[in-house]
Amino acid sequence: MYFQKKVSHLFSSTRSLENQIDEFLDKVSEAGMVFGRAISVYLNQGASEEFNSFLNQAADIERRGDELRRTIESELYVRTLIPDLRADVLALLEGMDHLVNVYEGDMFRLSIQSPDIPPEFHAGYIELTETVINCVDSVVLAARAFFRDIDTVRDHSSKTIFLETEADKISTKLQRAIFGSELPLERKMHLRYFVERIDELANSAEDVADALQIYTIKRRI
Amino acid sequence: MDLTVLFFLTSGLLLGWSLGANDAANVFGTAVGTRMVRFGTAAVVCSIFVVLGAVISGAGAAHTLGALGSVNALAGAFTAALAAAGTVYVMTKWGLPVSTSQAIVGAIIGWNLFSGSATDSQTLVKIVATWIACPILAGLIAVPLLKVTAHALRVAKLHLLRLDAYTRLALLFAGAFGSYSLGANNIGNVMGVFIDVSPFTGFSVAGIFSLTSIQQLFLIGAIAIAVGVFTYSKRVMVTVGTGILPITPVAAWVVVIAHSIVLFLFASQGLEHMLANAGLPTIPLVPVSSSQAVVGAVVGLGLMRGGRDVDWRLVGNIAAGWVTTPLISGVVCFFALFFLQNVFNQQVYQEVHYALSESALAELEKQFPDTVELKALEGREFRSARDFDEAVEATGYAGAAPEARLRDYAQLSHMFIDPEDLFSLDRHWLSPGQVVAIEELAGREFSHRWQLARELAVRSPEWSRKDDQAVNRLYNKELDRKLEYVYRVFAGFPDRR
Repeated sequence: MYFQKKVSHLFSSTRSLENQIDEFLDKVSEAGMVFGRAISVYLNQGASEEFNSFLNQAADIERRGDELRRTIESELYVRTLIPDLRADVLALLEGMDHLVNVYEGDMFRLSIQSPDIPPEFHAGYIELTETVINCVDSVVLAARAFFRDIDTVRDHSSKTIFLETEADKISTKLQRAIFGSELPLERKMHLRYFVERIDELANSAEDVADALQIYTIKRRI
Repeated sequence: MDLTVLFFLTSGLLLGWSLGANDAANVFGTAVGTRMVRFGTAAVVCSIFVVLGAVISGAGAAHTLGALGSVNALAGAFTAALAAAGTVYVMTKWGLPVSTSQAIVGAIIGWNLFSGSATDSQTLVKIVATWIACPILAGLIAVPLLKVTAHALRVAKLHLLRLDAYTRLALLFAGAFGSYSLGANNIGNVMGVFIDVSPFTGFSVAGIFSLTSIQQLFLIGAIAIAVGVFTYSKRVMVTVGTGILPITPVAAWVVVIAHSIVLFLFASQGLEHMLANAGLPTIPLVPVSSSQAVVGAVVGLGLMRGGRDVDWRLVGNIAAGWVTTPLISGVVCFFALFFLQNVFNQQVYQEVHYALSESALAELEKQFPDTVELKALEGREFRSARDFDEAVEATGYAGAAPEARLRDYAQLSHMFIDPEDLFSLDRHWLSPGQVVAIEELAGREFSHRWQLARELAVRSPEWSRKDDQAVNRLYNKELDRKLEYVYRVFAGFPDRR
């Protein structure tokens, strides 16, 4: 009876933790979707009420993400789960959490600094934003695969690395366009700052993908 | 209660403690070493199942004396057990997983040398063979097993945490089963020699639950094993778990299973019997060591990965421990016997005399016709197996009869079938036909064991050995154990009983 209870508790708490990890990764994807909508709204309306509501949403997602991450980390340590992979999994979660922080941080900077982005650069910003969101989504898929389908981690990681390169190209092209324009230097630098901040998401996603490749190799049975 | 018996009992308890301290690592070492099972949990599970195995299955194999049963004096058995226990303790202190069974056999060889008893050379060959064969067998099984398991898990696509939970359960189950076998297979060595002098009496509780004298004896032996597990097994567990090679939790499970498969395939008489009955070729029974199987499996997995991560220095120390354990145990036992006999005036062995009587020679001639040279020994009595063997060699006998068979025929074992002792026969173990055959010999005396065995076989076919084939091996082994029991019950002269 005691043993049955223990086993049942083991599996129910394991399932609960699996769900929390899935929910955490969902938050990363959700943050990306909110970020994409927010950038679109900002380019059309500036720091409007609609933009602020997306900002609040992003803050909630970031807060919930932090809660989940702390809960997962605590559970892994308290119940001494996956002792051989725990350090890697925790590092992975920290890396994913950093992406959510960058999403939220970029939106706050837009809100605080309110850069004046000329319409001729909107398409460039949107293309860059979509590419970095796809890049982050790829690394989320890679992270999910690390837990469930180790053989496909490499595929998703490769896609992440490819998209990061694409983001770099778009970023470079956009910056060249900005600095090739007639705008005053201070505006050019302000616009360049936000190009780099958005591109930073793809760089961070690539870092996570690289680390995932190592964790996958270490996860030999 | 006889205080002497209680004192001698302590060596069995010490041996049990050493067994628990060293052998628990064979079943839970990899689980604890990989931090999948806490040491406390492993100790509790191991202890519970060791006790269950010892009381249910150890005592179930009635009158299980273990290897120490060949020592014919209680003080001698005490010394042999103490020597083995001490040797295993030292090895455990150094964190080395060694074979407790080989320590016991080494001590018995020491006793054989001291008492002038014969040591079967096959025993020595077997010990050496296991140093090599057992780890290799375990490694050869572990490697493909890991590959199959890894492939199956990749196909199953389990969530990492789910896999972690399953692996923990699997390690617990494997460890529990292994602990049960540990208790069942080893309790005979720990307590078996005290069966005949057990201070306990059987009791039952409300007619539902009962514990025989043997079960109580085995229970305290098993508790000693459990205490060893709790108090001193962690060191060896860590060596086996991660000291030799850092292994993953799934590999930890594979090691335990490979070790259990080796023990089952190469030590299971039940399997041999089943295969023989089905007309299939049998696997030769190699006396494998549990500790050596586990180490072999771990090293095998290390070699599969190229061998770079293996701590070869530690492996060398472990191998040296396997070689030195029976040697040290034998030497310590030899000197301890000398000390016990000459300082404390304890009888550490009973002299076993040998004489080839006319009837013995006649019986021998039926099996091995060319015994002319042995007639020179007729009528002479020898005080030890060593003296007898030397005398046989001196005759220039080069016949077909092996040394051991000659000793069997010559060994003087005075037995008196005392009618009063007939009531104490274990009628649950011996069949009615077998008991009737013994009862028909009431009042008779015998000088040789083969004489009693022959008379019993004449009176009942249930006392006759079957042909020496694989399919009959289990039957003949059980028959031999029953005969040994009968010899012990009726041993001695009529006036000394």
